[in-house]
Amino acid sequence: MATEKFINRHTISILVENEPGVLARVVGLFSGRGYNIESLTVAETSQENSLSRITVVTAGTPMIIEQIKAQLDRLVPVYKVSDLTIEGPHVERELALVKVVATGEKRVESLRIADIFRARAVDSTNESFVFEIVGATQKLDAFIELMKPIGLVDISRTGVVAIARGIIPLSEEM
Amino acid sequence: MSTEQITGAKIVLKSLNDQGVDVIFGYPGGAVLPLYDEIFSQNKVRHILVRQEAGAVHAAEGYARSTGKVGVVLVTSGPGATNAVTGLTDALMDSIPLVCLTGQVPTHLIGNDAFQECDTTGITRPCTKHNYLVKNVNDLAKTVHEAFHVARSGRPGPVVIDLPKDVMMARAEYLPPLRKEAFKYNPKRIPDADLANDAVKMIASAKRPIFYCGGGVINSGPGASRLLTQFIRLTGYPCTLTLMGLGAFPASDTQFLGMLGMHGTYEANLAMHECDVMIAIGARFDDRITGRLDSFSPNSRKIHIDIDPSSINKNVNVDVPVVGDVEETLKVMIDLWKREKCKSDQKSLKQWWKKIDVWRSQNCLKFEQGKDKIKPQYPIKLLRTITAGRELFITTEVGQHQMWAAQYLAFDKPNRWMTSGGLGTMGYGLPAAVGVQIAHPEALVVDISGEASFLMNMQELSTIGQYRLPIKILILNNFYMGMVRQWQELMHGGRYAESYMDSLPDFVKLAETFNMVGLRATKPTEIEKVLKEMIETEAPVICDIHVDPAENCFPMIPSGAAHNEMLLSPADQAVSNTSEEGMVLV
Ligand SMILES: Cc1ncc(C[n+]2csc(CCOP(=O)(O)OP(=O)(O)O)c2C)c(N)n1
Ligand SMILES: [Mg+2]
Repeated sequence: MATEKFINRHTISILVENEPGVLARVVGLFSGRGYNIESLTVAETSQENSLSRITVVTAGTPMIIEQIKAQLDRLVPVYKVSDLTIEGPHVERELALVKVVATGEKRVESLRIADIFRARAVDSTNESFVFEIVGATQKLDAFIELMKPIGLVDISRTGVVAIARGIIPLSEEM
Repeated sequence: MSTEQITGAKIVLKSLNDQGVDVIFGYPGGAVLPLYDEIFSQNKVRHILVRQEAGAVHAAEGYARSTGKVGVVLVTSGPGATNAVTGLTDALMDSIPLVCLTGQVPTHLIGNDAFQECDTTGITRPCTKHNYLVKNVNDLAKTVHEAFHVARSGRPGPVVIDLPKDVMMARAEYLPPLRKEAFKYNPKRIPDADLANDAVKMIASAKRPIFYCGGGVINSGPGASRLLTQFIRLTGYPCTLTLMGLGAFPASDTQFLGMLGMHGTYEANLAMHECDVMIAIGARFDDRITGRLDSFSPNSRKIHIDIDPSSINKNVNVDVPVVGDVEETLKVMIDLWKREKCKSDQKSLKQWWKKIDVWRSQNCLKFEQGKDKIKPQYPIKLLRTITAGRELFITTEVGQHQMWAAQYLAFDKPNRWMTSGGLGTMGYGLPAAVGVQIAHPEALVVDISGEASFLMNMQELSTIGQYRLPIKILILNNFYMGMVRQWQELMHGGRYAESYMDSLPDFVKLAETFNMVGLRATKPTEIEKVLKEMIETEAPVICDIHVDPAENCFPMIPSGAAHNEMLLSPADQAVSNTSEEGMVLV
């Protein structure tokens, strides 16, 4: 409702049947109903049970977030929807490949920053590096900010994957 | 188990048999010829040939809505499938269970821009509850059975199965349906005991209660309407129904306040506005019901019973959300009410009814039938009187006539009223009547129509002729897209842009060319005779009634206004001033 102004970011895990069109269904739901997608990742997680896991980071008022979950939950190939943001502690990770073109002192500086962030150089030429960095979204953002003045030319990010802490799997109740 | 290998087309027919399908509505084409070949050589499933695929889907909707069964549609690939899209969207909005089989080009041509290829599953994804593309004949039987299960379980809706032609010709073993429990998709039907208990307590504590019920009650089945009626009578509380819910509670009951919403009654809308406990059952708080959201029923605690969790807290925050099937939930709640010896607060209730009776005495649906022009309300009211005691099924098109039909027809039973509520599809009523009459060959089926809506799917007159369906089409001919004209009058300074219906056909002659009976009334004195003749004629009839073109539909809550800002008559309309915010609303 218009009166609710508090917009929060939520990380939602969706366990789906790995069938053709299931990603289009989820994405179509977001675009068709005007919800926001900050990031989205998807991959098969169990071949024998034909399951995929989708992680969506979205933002909205509490009422919208509830709507998003209810709408996802009623899609036929969706088995489980879990709002990691409110369901207890969880781990979020993202991977980025960052290409930096620099020579001389700047090249050295890029290595120094990479070291601080525990990023690895996975490719190098005389004038460039490709760094691989893993971490929470904010860490990646900070790394990218620092690399910009040094010679950042290209970025590829996976988007967030997430999982609840503790012993209980998402598929527990299936 | 037999391991006989049969063609995909045979598997489809066998699956339909096992799903209890007795009729399908369809239109052939290249991609579905193997299926038509099978239909040709059997006689368990009857095929009704429509004249345009939109008609097939609406006919299946009429069939489904009037029987509670799943409606089945068969269309070809490409244009056949795209013509079905409006009907599918209509069925999705109104939660009508359908299975629509669409032909598709052979699997090896998919994606090639082949002749009559379209991305049917892509196009229909947002307008179906679910859809399938069957690429392997071994999955076919399982998919058809699952489609029926999905269409009718939980909140019902349309399901598309896209069938490539080569899959129809390939061979596999047939697999019979699974038990219901074997499907992964199985929405919750039984309510949480605690929430049902909270709901009953809140209902018992009410001082100014109202039941607000919708199409979900009808979808739950006739048992739900019976229980609803029982519960409402137990409590002595007032009840209002949405457009889709008409018939779920008997209109002749004194506890019925009429329909609510944009063209609802004064008493229903004011009772919604002033209630202290609202019991919403199988209704979804859409904008035609709530009016301006921030002043919707401001002082009430709300209970919402619905099978679809996504309907709860979507537009309006509720205090007690109860997810469950309406019939199952009412069973639990009536038991609780009796077991806990709940009683309504008689003193407050009496006061409340007193207040309601004052609103009722406004008699907001009154109209004056003078000597000159026929008031459109008059033939509708009369139709109810002269058909008293008969099994009457009504379909409608969309516009003023639809609202007048909803206001004056007073339904006592569910499944007798077929209208396009959510999508508001002009052209729905005539093909829907075809489906209803096929399902109920002996009943009186009347399509209440406007002259503009009628023209949208009038090709189906030919279908009516072919199957000798004694449908009565009652056109309230005001020579305008009346509802559009009304909005232009109220909100656009009376500039009637493109809403006049020029060059209308002579409906009586039109009837004759289709071997139907054509009747006409232009004066109030002719109405009764013409209507009687219409219902007594065995053949199909088009009845062209010339009504007052200037008549507006009241009461009306202008868009963007609240329930207590209703316009009751032309006198109010002069002072009405739609807000700018309201103007952008549909
Ligand atoms: C397919 C479609 N197109 C346009 C509209 C918009 N619309 C709503 S009511 C209406 C006019 C209907 O005219 P008519 O059938 O003569 O009914 P009346 O309002 O005059 O009773 C129109 C154009 C619609 N509901 N459906
Ligand atoms: Mg008209």
